[in-house]
Amino acid sequence: MADLLEVVDLKKYFKTGSGMLHAVDGVNFSIEEGKTLGVVGESGCGKSTLGRTILHLLDSTGGRIFFEGKDVTNPSKRELGRLRKEMQIIFQDPFSSLNPRMSVSEAIKYPLKVAGGMSSAEMQKQAEKLMDVVGLASRYANAYPHELDGGRRQRIGIARALALNPKFIVCDEPVSALDVSIQAQVLNLMLDLQEERKLTYMFVTHDLSVVKYISDDILVMYLGEVVEKAPSDELFANTLHPYSKALLSAIPVPDIHNITPVIPLRGEITSPIDPKPGCRFMARCPYADEACKKKQKLRELYPGHFVSCCKCEAINSTAN
Amino acid sequence: MDNNKLLEIKNLVVQYESDDSVVHAVNGVNLSFRSGETVGLVGETGAGKTTIARSILRILPSPQAEVVSGEILFEGEDLLKLSEKEMRKIRGNKIAMIFQDPMTALNPIERVGDQIAEAISLHNRVTPAEAEERAIKMLEMVGIPGSRYSEYPHQFSGGMKQRVVIAMALACKPELLLADEPTTALDVTIQAQVLELMKALKKQLNSCVLMITHDLGVVASICDSVAVIYAGEIVEYGSLADIFDYASHPYTKGLFASLPKLNSKERRLKPIKGLMPDPTNLPKGCSFCERCGYAKDICREKKPETIEMSPGHYVKCFLIEEVQNG
Repeated sequence: MADLLEVVDLKKYFKTGSGMLHAVDGVNFSIEEGKTLGVVGESGCGKSTLGRTILHLLDSTGGRIFFEGKDVTNPSKRELGRLRKEMQIIFQDPFSSLNPRMSVSEAIKYPLKVAGGMSSAEMQKQAEKLMDVVGLASRYANAYPHELDGGRRQRIGIARALALNPKFIVCDEPVSALDVSIQAQVLNLMLDLQEERKLTYMFVTHDLSVVKYISDDILVMYLGEVVEKAPSDELFANTLHPYSKALLSAIPVPDIHNITPVIPLRGEITSPIDPKPGCRFMARCPYADEACKKKQKLRELYPGHFVSCCKCEAINSTAN
Repeated sequence: MDNNKLLEIKNLVVQYESDDSVVHAVNGVNLSFRSGETVGLVGETGAGKTTIARSILRILPSPQAEVVSGEILFEGEDLLKLSEKEMRKIRGNKIAMIFQDPMTALNPIERVGDQIAEAISLHNRVTPAEAEERAIKMLEMVGIPGSRYSEYPHQFSGGMKQRVVIAMALACKPELLLADEPTTALDVTIQAQVLELMKALKKQLNSCVLMITHDLGVVASICDSVAVIYAGEIVEYGSLADIFDYASHPYTKGLFASLPKLNSKERRLKPIKGLMPDPTNLPKGCSFCERCGYAKDICREKKPETIEMSPGHYVKCFLIEEVQNG
């Protein structure tokens, strides 16, 4: 199938008092229609900024964004209005992303109102339909967010994102604030909706077991750059980048018989402000040497499996 | 009484009062710790985990919260009967707590070193210089250079702040450490560092740890035994192997089933249906019955008793045989 979204060398820098913060620095990827791209990384790696830049909630510093084959990097106001209907977002925190003074049905109707072209009776009907789609009982239509638990609030967030029938949804940590039993309900709902509506997701999260479960392809980000990109199963079966390896090994597995040793990482994430040209993971990498001071490029080591590490072959041949 | 027990909670009941209702937060909890043991307390938001920890330290929000009944025996003495003055000698000294959010647990306008030294000088007869010296040692023990003693919390990253909070809690070598979701706010690689650190320090000090978490992965990597709490009741308790290999309560089983697994190919998770019951209006019978696939009339009418399935493995369920057979 054709690519719905393509991002080429996307950059987003923020000006700070002490220099340029490279939040997203030359990211390339594409997502096929109906597929899910998982974006993982730790706080501050630029994964949320990436999602927001694609949606034009932030202006990009450089690079290009193509949606359905069309360049939408610098849309006119009218184009942007159209684009907003096609591309939506589900926010992380269902506690702060809803207006506390809007009832459930008002909150769901709001995007319809902004888009215009519907009578209030039509909007009401549409809101009821959406509540049904996301599994919210109609008795909650006049309830306010504070009366609902996190799982139900996140369902409102999903209903709002679906209201305009988008093709593409950025899901920014949609289940991190939820308890596991509720998290499973919401993840299942998102998968059902994807099947029914042929939705394309970009799923941003720090939870690797969730990302494996929901994604077709995965990007691993570190300090604004993509360090590894591969189909989901391939990434977990054949992890290549030293950072991805450490990240995967650090997930506590709920299984007492398969405890794999954690690969310890030295220190903490280095500053994203005016980073040095070489590999950004260098300061924490056990394999780093002189060669890593050069700029790293994403290379395709196996079909569909990209990695940005010049030591990859050496590391992985000794490991096996 | 069993002399091995450092802490024993007996039939603890805690309620919060609001304007027109009573929240039944903890409903008859029994739990004990042997010296050197790490007990995991696992449950969802609102299950009563933090309330139990706060009851032990007697730092429940007052006047809303009230310990209605029960005993908390620490080295044979009921903490609930101590005077506030006696309690202050224990708090931060023999029993210490690591709070969930390192961003709010530190005083933003005090140097981190001084915050650690404060705990030391409160509970020990030391000169300010000695307290400072010990605080520096604590910082180094958690992997922060002593030279950062005079810095302020905002100069530290989240993982480092959590280390400071841990250093503070361990400053007086507590016998019991209450860790309330100590790694939930941290990234996985930093979480792994902090868990390793806690394991090493626990060995060094031979402290007992109550590990409050909702993450079964964290439990598997650090705990010796596990208590699963639901709606203020411990529904299952046992060793790590009892819980992970022979989970018996339908809620525990449901928790495991709803986790996305790294090594499975299933396209759908099996969530537990429904939501936690309203703690102001708990069902008359088993508190899990409305979400339980096995529930029968008896579950709705009577509260199940705790049964010992095998030595040390306790479950609160009427239908344990049926649940085990599928």
